[in-house]
Amino acid sequence: MREISAEMERELVIIGGGPAGLAAAIAAAENGVAVDDILILEREPELGGILLQCIHSGFGLHRFGEELTGPEYAARYAKKVVEMGIPALLSTMVLTLHQMEDGRKEITAVSSAHGLIRIKARAVVLAMGCRERGRGALNIPGTRPAGIYTAGAAQKFVNIKGFMPGRQVVILGSGDIGLIMARRMTLEGAKVEVVAELMPYSGGLSRNIQQCLRDFNIPLLLSHTITQIHGKERVTGVTISQVDEKRRPIPGTEQYFDCDTVLLSCGLIPENELTRQAGIPLDPVTGGAVVGENRETEMPGVFAAGNVLHVHDLVDFVSAEAELAGAGAARWLAEGDSQELKLPVHPEGVIRYVVPQTVFLPAKEDVRLFFRVGQVVEKAAVLVENDGKVLYKGVRPKLLPGEMESVTIKAEALAEIESGQLTVRLEKR
Amino acid sequence: MSETVKELTCIVCPMGCTLRVTMDGDRFVSVTGNTCPRGAKYAETEMTAPRRVLTTTVRVSGGHLPLCPVRTKGDIPKEMLFDAMRVLDSLCVQAPVSIGQVLVEDLCGTGVPLIATRDIHSV
Amino acid sequence: MDVAVIGAGVVGALIARELSRYELDVCLLEKADDVAMGTSKANSAIIHAGFDCQPGSVMAKMNVRGNAMMDQLTRELSVPFKRNGSMVLAFNEEDVRTLETLLDRGVKNGVPGVRIVSGDQAREMEPNISGDAVAALVAPSGGIICPYELTIAAAGNAMDNGVRLHTGFEVTDAEFSDGVWTLTSAAGDRVQANYIVNAAGLFSDQVAALMGDDGYHVFPRRGEYLLLDRDQGKMVSHTIFQCPSAMGKGILVTPTVDGNLLLGPTSENREDREDTATTAEGLATVARLASKSVPSVNLRAVITSFTGLRSCSSGHDFIIEPSKKRPQLVEITGIESPGLSSAPAIAEYAVSLLKEMGLALHAKADFNPIRRPIPRFREMNIEQRRALIEEDARFGQIICRCETVTEGEIVRALHQNPPAHDLDGVKRRTRTGMGRCNGGFCTPQAVEIIARELGIPIEQVTKCGGESRLLVGKTKEGGLDA
Repeated sequence: MREISAEMERELVIIGGGPAGLAAAIAAAENGVAVDDILILEREPELGGILLQCIHSGFGLHRFGEELTGPEYAARYAKKVVEMGIPALLSTMVLTLHQMEDGRKEITAVSSAHGLIRIKARAVVLAMGCRERGRGALNIPGTRPAGIYTAGAAQKFVNIKGFMPGRQVVILGSGDIGLIMARRMTLEGAKVEVVAELMPYSGGLSRNIQQCLRDFNIPLLLSHTITQIHGKERVTGVTISQVDEKRRPIPGTEQYFDCDTVLLSCGLIPENELTRQAGIPLDPVTGGAVVGENRETEMPGVFAAGNVLHVHDLVDFVSAEAELAGAGAARWLAEGDSQELKLPVHPEGVIRYVVPQTVFLPAKEDVRLFFRVGQVVEKAAVLVENDGKVLYKGVRPKLLPGEMESVTIKAEALAEIESGQLTVRLEKR
Repeated sequence: MSETVKELTCIVCPMGCTLRVTMDGDRFVSVTGNTCPRGAKYAETEMTAPRRVLTTTVRVSGGHLPLCPVRTKGDIPKEMLFDAMRVLDSLCVQAPVSIGQVLVEDLCGTGVPLIATRDIHSV
Repeated sequence: MDVAVIGAGVVGALIARELSRYELDVCLLEKADDVAMGTSKANSAIIHAGFDCQPGSVMAKMNVRGNAMMDQLTRELSVPFKRNGSMVLAFNEEDVRTLETLLDRGVKNGVPGVRIVSGDQAREMEPNISGDAVAALVAPSGGIICPYELTIAAAGNAMDNGVRLHTGFEVTDAEFSDGVWTLTSAAGDRVQANYIVNAAGLFSDQVAALMGDDGYHVFPRRGEYLLLDRDQGKMVSHTIFQCPSAMGKGILVTPTVDGNLLLGPTSENREDREDTATTAEGLATVARLASKSVPSVNLRAVITSFTGLRSCSSGHDFIIEPSKKRPQLVEITGIESPGLSSAPAIAEYAVSLLKEMGLALHAKADFNPIRRPIPRFREMNIEQRRALIEEDARFGQIICRCETVTEGEIVRALHQNPPAHDLDGVKRRTRTGMGRCNGGFCTPQAVEIIARELGIPIEQVTKCGGESRLLVGKTKEGGLDA
């Protein structure tokens, strides 16, 4: 490993050593970047990111054809990074990112081991992941006692530290982490009273409703929310109310639940403070950078992948996306910008967003578009069009807001495009 | 015996297919809605003798972390999940532990081993 | 003891610091687990200019004097303080008349530089305020400060100069005999002192009654607030008020000294002195009225909401006086807004009262007014950061990502006067967990550091003392059969 010093230069710096950062690093190395020219910066003391606390199974079916737990999935990538000799600085927090006058990016980072370091990099992959929406952002009225945690914080306490945040639990939000923690807390002897979900549908995968809630007879209240938290020092209970179609609590529907703990699983927010600081444009819907099909942001040489770009529900797709970014960064370092036509991708109707937001032509490969819908849609055709010409049409039996969808546009179909934009829409069947 | 139809959510993979299972009393008859053969197998098992993979942690002594994540290498009867958790409460393994290492040969007489899902170094 | 001060809010802490200038044995008694746990914890964080108070009132004198003392005080205590200026908006003719009244009061109270500007002039100074504002009163001496930080710093500096702080000391019994007061706590601890200063805020009437003086009544006025993310912090530079009413100074929109945006408070008289729960209606009112002043404020950027309780008296003026019924006792009560702004002047005045009552004041030769602050890593440049990490590598370990707080700062907060005992104490001293993730990432690590530094098991770490334990036990310890 090249020496670590206070002032360094590298071809490629990868911010984040979770699944996205690791896959991007491997792909960059496999596509020609010398391993010594790559540096991964990871804030935790180990590589693997949030997967290390996701001890449940369900990872890797697409990638590896088998069902792995989070630590097992992370280990496959972390081992490969180590075997390939790609250097990583651990317990290192990136503080600033900005573009220098010569186009390079300057990164400052800090750790106990190396103090404050400054790195000049030609290319950067952003792989910082996401954070959970907290109580403040949810604006739940009531007292401010101990016992209110995001599901992920509770997961860290239970799975990594070995501590129980509580014994009688109410969960707000039916995101996957919340569902997984309902089962986990139950197995560890806690009583999960209820899961309340504001929306009329669950935010998590259907299989998790089955194996984490129904398996343990935990009720799921759709179109319900916590309207008051009770308890002075420690949580003593919550009031849950039904909400109307505009998500406003309906007076008279209040139910009181005793509990000592409230877990919040109300959505994830890409962590783009550095991205914003660097002046890289963000998509207000995804909360991540606006990117092209190689996950290049609008700042040349900066790429983004994984949950920092848009929130995924399967890590397999994070890895695939990060490989695009890593390979894209390698190609950019070797060739610079080469695309000629920039084709914006527009979501229409109930489609909330599409990633990538732009496709650069000529396309060398097939382009896969990832999207989410804003409401449950039964039986619909997904259409991708350019100037009224259909490039893709495929039927889906059911589309759920909690599950990311994708379509693949053939390179041949893209080759015929001369101008305009791509639109992605649904057609009811 | 009269036939009944029950809806299930398949948990074999993240697709979460909705399965419609036809039963004749306790006897499995047929399933629709699955998109793969594993779904059919799941439906039959789920309606007759449901099984689950257990993922949890066990205590480690002398390791760089206090706990090691583990899973059953294969599914175990669903009704045994809590029995297994109780047994594992008293298990403490010695570091180092390596990923894939068998920590319990036969968990609660299920015939299914319990394996570590990460490395723990000794300190 | 020469003097026991009851209540470690901003007033009590500053009195203790003022007394620590002299050769005296002083203790500061606080029923909570930390200082600044009552009104001083949750308020508008404003140093008012003083145009709002009735001329001739105690309030007016204390406010203007306290405001003027702030620069030197905050410099000595290393507490961030910014004179960002206050602006009161008028939306109609009646409001304009109110502004004129305020201007008149401001001039009479001796507020420097107070003036009325047109709506357009106001918008030139503050482009994001409402187009409906027709005029504004501007007071350049208004400022912003972190109220609990000031309290912590004052108590810490007092302790550095010999004052003893007893947290968890709730006075439940008081007796005067042979010229000496004996105070007994709920836990049975006793403190004897020649003089008592009652600065118990919301509970000052109850403490007075306990000491045999039932001549006071305090009623709490609830105010709910919304705190917004830093990305909203530059929405305005002045503190933007609406015209005041009988219930208070109205909803304000203000940057905080830490760079966030604060909206509030509502104003509601209630009997319960401990009800700091927020309500859906209250928060909705704050949001609606704040938008009236600054329409473009992004209410989705809320980081947290809280409720503060102001301690009001029926006379609507501060009461700072020797007890009329009991000896060697100074009563300080009814310290509602602008109590924070007035606190340094109240402290100065309270000490002068003690002197008049016979307390001998001999200046201490080694009194040090300067407080060494906890380093603020996030505010340093590269060279300062490198030097700090060189000195102690724990300043290289970031614990709170959102607010860039290091392990070194948390360790300091747990050992430096007045030491934090719990997670919220660490939070108030360092901003750990105060950012947009609400502590989601840093809480597990912060809890471990607290346990390690205090030498207690992790399960005993609390959020804010008492029964507020963060964790209920270990996994794998028979929870299934509990």
